[in-house]
Amino acid sequence: MSTFQIDFSAVAKKRIVGIDLGTTNSLIAFMDLTGPEVIPTPEGSALVPSVVSVADDGNYVVGDKAQQLLIDRPERTVYSVKRLMGRGIEDVRDELRLFPFRVADGSENVIRLELGGKLLTPPEISAQVLKQLKSQAEAYLSEEVSQAVITVPAYFNDAQRQATKDAGRIAGLEVLRLVNEPTAAALAYGLDKRKDGVVAVYDFGGGTFDISILRLKEGIFEVLSTNGDTHLGGDDIDNKLLAIALEDVESEWGEDVSHSGEAVQTLRRTVINAKEKLSFVPSAAIEFSWRGKVYQREIPRELFESLIKDIVERTLLPCRHAMLDAGLKAEQIDEVVLVGGSTRIPLVRQAVEALFKAKPHTELNPDEVVALGAAVQAAILSGDVTDKLLLDVTPLSLGIETMGGVVSKLIHRNSTIPASATEVFTTSVDGQRNVLIHVVQGERELVRDCRSLARFDLKDLQPVPAGMARVEVRFLIDANGILNVSARDMRSGKEQSVEVKPSYGLTDGQVEAMITESFERAEEDFAARQTREAQVEADTMLLALDKAQASDAWHALSDVERGAIGTARTNLLTVYHTGTHLQIREAIEKLDGVSRRLAENMMNTAVRAALKGSIID
Amino acid sequence: MSFPLIEHTCWRCGQSSEQESEAASLFCKFCNSLQRPVVDYFEFFGFDKSLTIDSAELQRRYYLLSRQLHPDRYTRATETERNFSLEATSILNDGYRVLRDPVQRAEYILKESGFDIGEQRSKDVPPELLEEVFDLNVALDVLRSGDAGALTELEASRERFVEMQNEIDADLELKFRQYDAAPEPERHELLTSIRSVLNRRRYIRNLLQEVNKEFATREA
Repeated sequence: MSTFQIDFSAVAKKRIVGIDLGTTNSLIAFMDLTGPEVIPTPEGSALVPSVVSVADDGNYVVGDKAQQLLIDRPERTVYSVKRLMGRGIEDVRDELRLFPFRVADGSENVIRLELGGKLLTPPEISAQVLKQLKSQAEAYLSEEVSQAVITVPAYFNDAQRQATKDAGRIAGLEVLRLVNEPTAAALAYGLDKRKDGVVAVYDFGGGTFDISILRLKEGIFEVLSTNGDTHLGGDDIDNKLLAIALEDVESEWGEDVSHSGEAVQTLRRTVINAKEKLSFVPSAAIEFSWRGKVYQREIPRELFESLIKDIVERTLLPCRHAMLDAGLKAEQIDEVVLVGGSTRIPLVRQAVEALFKAKPHTELNPDEVVALGAAVQAAILSGDVTDKLLLDVTPLSLGIETMGGVVSKLIHRNSTIPASATEVFTTSVDGQRNVLIHVVQGERELVRDCRSLARFDLKDLQPVPAGMARVEVRFLIDANGILNVSARDMRSGKEQSVEVKPSYGLTDGQVEAMITESFERAEEDFAARQTREAQVEADTMLLALDKAQASDAWHALSDVERGAIGTARTNLLTVYHTGTHLQIREAIEKLDGVSRRLAENMMNTAVRAALKGSIID
Repeated sequence: MSFPLIEHTCWRCGQSSEQESEAASLFCKFCNSLQRPVVDYFEFFGFDKSLTIDSAELQRRYYLLSRQLHPDRYTRATETERNFSLEATSILNDGYRVLRDPVQRAEYILKESGFDIGEQRSKDVPPELLEEVFDLNVALDVLRSGDAGALTELEASRERFVEMQNEIDADLELKFRQYDAAPEPERHELLTSIRSVLNRRRYIRNLLQEVNKEFATREA
């Protein structure tokens, strides 16, 4: 009984981490008594580049090392995969021209990238980043990490959220909550401590743009409205500069280098460097040398600003819509918070200040603030923080297809989640056994202008005359912003079975298969690590034995003793390369056992030597 | 209004208690575990079924119940409680959306009282508006055919409809108070008249939305 209680409390205290799974960089953070804290990489950096490379042996390389491989081995390396999450090939055809990814056939509902001889979906690639963060946290905290809060852009749709959750599952993480990035940032700022009021969070990251407007009251963070663009970010700014540089290079060298992954990635690196410098200095150079040729161009800030003007402009329309939906004017917004690396750009700051007529908050590092907020949310879920509560909204309206391809809206955008709607469906033909419900997300009137979410098949209906069936369907958007559907036969009161066919993304079965695969892989990895550890231990032992054989203590042993040690040593050497970690350990123990007297002799010799030394002193 | 006492049995500890309403039993008074929530918005928030509501009090209760019921508070609870929390919070949020808006609140009471409030009624032009609507549609057509001269006419039309909407809202407020004060037998008749005002209002709202959309696309 007492054991059970101890186990139970151990489970209850399990730590929940907060993860910012970003387009460009990812971070992991946790909360302790002093507040939220980002867990650094072993190299001491807070940021893990969201770059994944497949090595020749099929293993994955993630983060800084993969960043380098982006240049050395671009055909095996992928970045900004977040832009592909929950999308089909049609959604990303335009940008794939600028991204050097090779998309495999059959990518209509889920994109599959060819990478180092593998076919990988975006959730599987993101899972590698998550795994890296997980093990980084486990090493830092010296404990297993299996539960997490992961942040997503507020404007992510159902499929994009589901894909993020799938990535977590594949990485061996139980995703307890998906939190919207701007909302997380508001939590991290702890603005609620200062006073109640209205806050706008402007989040301009590597690949996505979000705006959220929140009301803060006595620790409650109530999101009033959110808007954004899941395909607008720093990447787009990089691409503008890159396009200019490629054009220059072509006209100067008479050579189009855009087909070389290596050249493009090298150029991309230097373009990003120039962009980052331009936030602090009035002019920066793009320098690119390739196969003995050198290209150099100075980019003054004025030119840079004229290049990105329309991108910055594109962020302002969602801001205006968000204010409209919240029923607020710019003057009614008390504070503005800036999040995401792209908000370091002076032009962006000016635009935000002009729109909201308020000086934005920039005290917290815009790269870290989302991860810190995720850690705060994790502490809310674990019960460690009880004075704060997030009330978030769904960014997009949810509707069903009706006659003539028209959408009937069931849950409007900016409804606080969890939110629900109930509809009664019937049959149109005598004896009809199933009803198909097509659910879409979006603001437009026609189904073809909205995003298909899924088709729900109400199966095995009782055969009754047309119009007599009564099935009550409940659409519920949970606290993660993900749709759940349940149905009930109103005549019998029985639960009605519903088959879900997601329009984009993986089916549950596919995710399960990926988890199994990654688990097998993890077992392999684990076994390899255990073997390696046993080998290291054997190395230490063998080295010590070699030294001992040159000492007086070795010669003080009997022939039988020396023989036994010799046999045990040979035995260890035999299993060293071919045996499992258990066999190696067994051999180590045997050798340890037969050489005990040798160790004692050595010890005595050492003690005598030490004593002698002390006497001489 | 007083309710007959209802017997409630806790799903977890099995103890029964008598209470005034189902809403009084969000939590078991013996073991404090979350119970299956009621679905009626007024009962859920602990308000009488009335058309006027103190909005500050509604917000206060909404925040208070959010703190008690939100799924964030039940991450480590049993599956049953997690499900009840999700269910309860969705009713809480849906209910807050409906109750804080006078029109939606009235429509909710109409529906609960057995009235049909289907959207199709909004297509029939209320006879007293025929002339106004005709002028508006002409102005819209002229504008869409590229003649910006209709803008001033449209603006004037918009102002008249906004004014009408304000009048309707004042009328509704009066009718809501009458309903709340009226004895039960008179209530049905009052609801009937409220429904017809609501239909008129919905019609005008749709018109205004169309005009506003036209203005918004012009500005963009």
